[in-house]
Amino acid sequence: MISAEKLRKGIEKGWPICLGYIPIGLSFGVLAQKGGLLPWQVAFMSIVVFAGGSQFIALQMMASGSSIPAVTATAFMVNLRHLLMSSALSLHLKGASKNFLVFFSYGITDESFAVNMGALGRGEIDRESALVLNQVANFTWVASTVAGVYIGEFIPSGAFGIDYALTGMFICLLVFQLRGIIFVITAAIAAACSVAAYLLIPGNTYVILSAVTAATAGLMLKRRFGWNREKR
Amino acid sequence: MKSTDYIIMVLCMGGVTYIPRMLPLMILSDRKLPDWFAEWLELIPAAILSALIVPSLFTLSSPRVFDLSKPELFAAIPTLLFALRTRSLAGTVIVGMFSYWGITAIIR
Repeated sequence: MISAEKLRKGIEKGWPICLGYIPIGLSFGVLAQKGGLLPWQVAFMSIVVFAGGSQFIALQMMASGSSIPAVTATAFMVNLRHLLMSSALSLHLKGASKNFLVFFSYGITDESFAVNMGALGRGEIDRESALVLNQVANFTWVASTVAGVYIGEFIPSGAFGIDYALTGMFICLLVFQLRGIIFVITAAIAAACSVAAYLLIPGNTYVILSAVTAATAGLMLKRRFGWNREKR
Repeated sequence: MKSTDYIIMVLCMGGVTYIPRMLPLMILSDRKLPDWFAEWLELIPAAILSALIVPSLFTLSSPRVFDLSKPELFAAIPTLLFALRTRSLAGTVIVGMFSYWGITAIIR
């Protein structure tokens, strides 16, 4: 059983994610409803898939009559970046039970990864709170996509700049990750590579390609020049 | 699309999105990683966060072209400065939202 304290910590760390998921979830619900999906079908997809990008793409592909294998293959490609996130999270989940990991991995998203990786690394939360964070984000996603089916049309878009919540969160989490010169260099290489790859290569492989390139270049520079001082 | 087809499609999507999330954790978390690999993984968050954010600031999506006039980019400047100065996640999210709100109101 998870204590109230751990529950509170998970929610406290997770709220910016929830704030960001609400507008995206609502707009997914609106589009899904326009595409002819019923509320239970929206809930089913949000629970089973729990991946915003893939869900939006699936709507588009269904509308254009794509086959199930085509939708599946696209979802696989779009979410392949989670291989990297899951690998990196393993640094902080050493010795966790398999049962815990089966459940925890369900909740790995760009957003939960970004928050958990930093907070677990700095020892601000333990793995139970990280799991709470995953599940709170998951619940918010499912609830807001379903709510979008019913009320999405009535909500003015762009109020209070809420569409920028996740970008703001990612910017701050990136700043938290810049713990020394080698991290800054790695992020700068990733920035340049990702823009170039985004412009040159169709699809979503730009994230994984540029992250792997930048981390590899960063590691080589670190080993070559010994830039391994960390500052906190 | 028929209901059963939809259910099959969603289950397939669920499978292929779950596997990349689960396999590395299952395989790596009870193993001693070589030093170079652990060091490489430590650089991954900075790399992947940068790769997730930066294209959305500097490019338009359809068609994909370089662009230096997006409100997302302008709003990123005060957001980044605030994050560097305060290291407050909550504050940065709020500053980001209000910057973006203000900038889109001026531009449009």
